[in-house]
Amino acid sequence: MKRRHFLGLLGAAGVTLGSGAVATAASSADIKGLPNAGGVLFDATRCIGCRKCESACNQVNSLPAPAKPFDDLTVLDTKRRTDAKTYTIVNKYVPQASKPPVFRKIQCNHCIDPACASACFVAAFKKMETGAVVYDESVCVGCRYCMVACPFNIPAYEYDKAFTPRVMKCTLCHPRILEGKLPGCVEACPKEALTYGKRRELLNLAWDRIGANPGLYVEHVYGEREMGGTSWLTIAPKPSLAALDMNEGLGTASAPELTSGALAAVPAVAGIWPVLLTGLYAITKRKDKIAETEKQQAVAAAIAKASADAQAKLSEELAKAEVANKRRIEVEVQKALEAAATAAAAEGEDS
Amino acid sequence: MSTENAKSGSLFTPWNIVAGLILAAGIVVTIMRFTMGLGSVTNLTDNNPWGIWIGFDLLCGVALAAGGYTTSAACYIFGFKRFHGAVRPAILTAFLGYAMVVFALNYDVGRPWRLVYPIFYQQGTTSILFEVGLCVFIYLTVLFLEYLPAALEWKRGFDKYRGILVKMTMGLTILGVILSTLHQSSLGALYLIAPSKLHPLWYTAYLPVMFFMSSMFAGLSMVIFEGTISHKHFHHKMDAEYNGGYEDLQLAFAKAAAWIMAGYLAMKIFGLSMDNRWQYLGTGYGVWWLVEVFGFVAMPCYCYAVAYRDRNLKLARIAAPWTVLGIVLNRFNISLVAFNWQLPSVDRYFPSFGEIVISLFVVTIGVLIFRFIVTRMPIFYVHPAYKDSSH
Repeated sequence: MKRRHFLGLLGAAGVTLGSGAVATAASSADIKGLPNAGGVLFDATRCIGCRKCESACNQVNSLPAPAKPFDDLTVLDTKRRTDAKTYTIVNKYVPQASKPPVFRKIQCNHCIDPACASACFVAAFKKMETGAVVYDESVCVGCRYCMVACPFNIPAYEYDKAFTPRVMKCTLCHPRILEGKLPGCVEACPKEALTYGKRRELLNLAWDRIGANPGLYVEHVYGEREMGGTSWLTIAPKPSLAALDMNEGLGTASAPELTSGALAAVPAVAGIWPVLLTGLYAITKRKDKIAETEKQQAVAAAIAKASADAQAKLSEELAKAEVANKRRIEVEVQKALEAAATAAAAEGEDS
Repeated sequence: MSTENAKSGSLFTPWNIVAGLILAAGIVVTIMRFTMGLGSVTNLTDNNPWGIWIGFDLLCGVALAAGGYTTSAACYIFGFKRFHGAVRPAILTAFLGYAMVVFALNYDVGRPWRLVYPIFYQQGTTSILFEVGLCVFIYLTVLFLEYLPAALEWKRGFDKYRGILVKMTMGLTILGVILSTLHQSSLGALYLIAPSKLHPLWYTAYLPVMFFMSSMFAGLSMVIFEGTISHKHFHHKMDAEYNGGYEDLQLAFAKAAAWIMAGYLAMKIFGLSMDNRWQYLGTGYGVWWLVEVFGFVAMPCYCYAVAYRDRNLKLARIAAPWTVLGIVLNRFNISLVAFNWQLPSVDRYFPSFGEIVISLFVVTIGVLIFRFIVTRMPIFYVHPAYKDSSH
């Protein structure tokens, strides 16, 4: 009965935890339920590595000028990543030596359930209805957990600023979209390798292209399911996505799903621990108390026994003494009687 | 410091000179850090946003300060009253440990003056780091309150407040265990969000449980280790109660640590089996994992067990720093060695001279404050005026 009761309580706790997990997932459902959320499709088969997108990005975001100009294509010979001065970069890959190189544009993928937003302890990141994941520098503490959490290694940090360092990353040109404009990179692309639109429609477009060009594309829309899905989608030519340094092992679980279990343990620990610990303390205390009582009882019993023994001995001694006294009296009486008898006999002889 | 120096007659003992050099270097790096930014003194990059200021100062600092909750729980909740003499040193070590963790965080975060934002301004409740921050903040307060009676006994005249604090002992102890359970495990849970970056041998859903379990034997080992060192340097400060229970406590803690470490080992094997990661054991990382698990958990665990069986204090005192090293190794592996394991070696992180200086600087400040307090306040002895108190 008691066990059943306990299991019942555990079940109740489970329901509470479950609803907690649903609550976190609900935020993603909201976005998923926004059919009009925007996104971008990047088609690597069309990209020629001209770096016009990089240049446009630099301009519209008023980022500092790079060390080498954007029309210097030797930059492509080294692998780069986004940094505090660059929201987007294009890398060159040569998957097959006999074929021309393939270029891939790299920037924030604007996850549907962003790891950075889930990880931020001041909620500085927000997923917007435009599809953009935006960052609020006015609350950022600079713990850089977002950078640890991002599966795509996108956010960068202004390590050289002493007083106002910020996390830097692509905004999907959220302010421009609100003005009705295209993202800077999309607008600048001369080959239509970038398409801005509703994510739902972009997915259809991507699969249409894959289907219409048998043998050209890897049959995978990168970002459709990765880490719960991203607003930025990528399709790439064969042989593989891995050849373009795209991590195919990210899984489909979104970042909040990865940590919701651990977060759900918080109310369980906070609820069960005090009860268990206070109970343990009560048991220890009770044991001490019982031991103390038993000790006192044993002492009392010992004292009682000792005094009873003493009493018995005393009365025994007294009784013995009485007998001895009696006998002594009897002896004395006997002696007196004998003396009297002797005296009487002597008197009789005299008379 | 002065009591110690008055005894030896000179400020320029070898340890004081080393401490002085570290402090001087630390101040220089501090000035650079706060005037020229993180980039001027650290090797942190966009791929490696967390270095040893997180891997050592935060992760190891918090784990090794776990002696506070383990000792006070043993004494007040589990009823091991004979360990009472060990509670104050353990609480002080924990309090200073956490204080140093928070102090060091001011170096690591970009805008330290905003460190209170997640608690008082805008709460990111979906973040594991939020949980860590909140728990560490509250627990630091709890530890301060637990430590405070010693300071009040030292200054005298605050018996009313001291009395209130002593009455709160039980509640503070339980609160301490809850908060420690939460944030010790959460430090492991921090890495749950990055399965693609942490090597599969170290990434497991059990990370939070493993961090919590290892914090327990880390705390117990630190109490044994710290006690051994304190005995060398502060023996004249210790009273009969402390010394009477001291060897008993070291052996009892050795026994407890051996059991918990055995459970932790089982957990490691469970994790490996549940995630089916056996195939990685044959790789270089696999060998390193085996070195950590067998060389720095299984072996000191065995030493603890033998030490308890044979009542061999010497062996327990060897196993303690060994276990502590194992904890440091585990935290380094998770935060640095096995993290970003797929990146090419040029993109991997190694701490800069400045980062190492600050980590040493922080530890040195902690040790100096510890020395200042134990040479003045009733930590290793019961204050004569409070002989009958149960605190």
